[in-house]
Amino acid sequence: MLTKRIIPCLDVDHGRVVKGKKFQDIQDVADPVELGRYYSDQGADELVFYDITASYEDRDIFIHIVEKVAEAIRIPFTIGGGISKVEDFRKVLMAGADKVSVNSSAVKNPQLIREAALRFGAQCVVLSIDAKRNNQGSWDVYVKGGRENTGIDAIEWAKQGQDLGAGEICINSIDTDGVKKGYDLELNRKLSSLLTIPIIASGGAGKMEDFAEVLKVGADAALAASVFHYKEIPIVDLKNFLHNQQIPVRRV
Amino acid sequence: MIAIVDYDVGNLKNVYTALGDVGLSGTITRDKKILDAADAIILPGVGAFSDAMDNLRKFDLIDTLNDNVQKGKILMGICLGMQLLFDKSYEDGEFSGLSYIPGEIIKFDAPGIKIPHMGWNNLVINRDSPLVKNIGTEDYVYFVHSYYAKPNNFDDVVAYAEYSVKVPAIVQKDNVIGMQFHPEKSSNVGFQLLTNFKEMIS
Repeated sequence: MLTKRIIPCLDVDHGRVVKGKKFQDIQDVADPVELGRYYSDQGADELVFYDITASYEDRDIFIHIVEKVAEAIRIPFTIGGGISKVEDFRKVLMAGADKVSVNSSAVKNPQLIREAALRFGAQCVVLSIDAKRNNQGSWDVYVKGGRENTGIDAIEWAKQGQDLGAGEICINSIDTDGVKKGYDLELNRKLSSLLTIPIIASGGAGKMEDFAEVLKVGADAALAASVFHYKEIPIVDLKNFLHNQQIPVRRV
Repeated sequence: MIAIVDYDVGNLKNVYTALGDVGLSGTITRDKKILDAADAIILPGVGAFSDAMDNLRKFDLIDTLNDNVQKGKILMGICLGMQLLFDKSYEDGEFSGLSYIPGEIIKFDAPGIKIPHMGWNNLVINRDSPLVKNIGTEDYVYFVHSYYAKPNNFDDVVAYAEYSVKVPAIVQKDNVIGMQFHPEKSSNVGFQLLTNFKEMIS
């Protein structure tokens, strides 16, 4: 049986893991390779490393980290942040990443999804969407780290991403991100019923029940950062909890 | 020495690194002499079936693979590399494969399932093989694929995963082996499987 995945997300700046709250108040936490190995040993199913480094010169530091992570861990990992061309995909895949996540750059140039999927396979293209509720009962796509509203409907964009060849959608709810009051269940339920590719829920995990709820409404994976980084929820305990809730998980 | 066939189908270093974990020395190569001299050959691969076959032809590797398989050398395909071992694939058309194991590659089509089949799925043992020593139904491995193998003879399946159908996960016909999932990304279970692979070739 296919299990639901638990995915710690590590934001990396200048080679160090940080975590923003509502995309602000960034605080240094740990070494990405060490933390990645720790999560892997704990039973994390995948990892996401998100490069938040602003300057282009520092990109090489990040590629070096991707290589070190690939040498150190034996579970799949995704790289996101600063990917805007097919060549960027190639670089991180050759450094050992399994998947690449695109966000703002795909909104700007949707064909990037198709080109990357054709060249490297749909399995490695993750479309990451920052979505925020509007007052019409739907969700808008935001870009630039949640600062700019594009006015695009998030569900329509997710469907288009699937049609263009994305292998997976990571849906990050800006409303719930950093608040720790649970994932956006309605958004995840809608997307899971409308799409045929897997959905990763992101934004809002505060307690173990939050993971159970979003996985029960159809998300295939749940991503979180601070609850793991600050050891509020050990992954081993989370997997046992989900197992007791009859949610299929891989336990180590 | 294990030859990892280099035919431009993505990053092969992860396979190389995982072989090192179990004490096997890999060489990423498309040199026929090295392939002929290797103790075993690994055919990795991600991407599209037809592109991968085109690349094997482009680098003139098919005869070398055929010769080595005929000699009885162990060849292991991983992920797309496993699918290439079959007669043909219906991925975006109809394309012939290497025909070492009779069967076809077809797309998942059950209603309501997510495609790709992505994530950790447990293995169900279908028949005995040294490949699945110390492996049981509580063991999970990492899959990512939208097409799966439909062998003519289900006895060629050593282990399968349940995902709307019985998805062949480990196949074996004599000296030809395939793993649909990624052992190099399957944590401790992947390590055990590669250890079993090592014992088979030594």
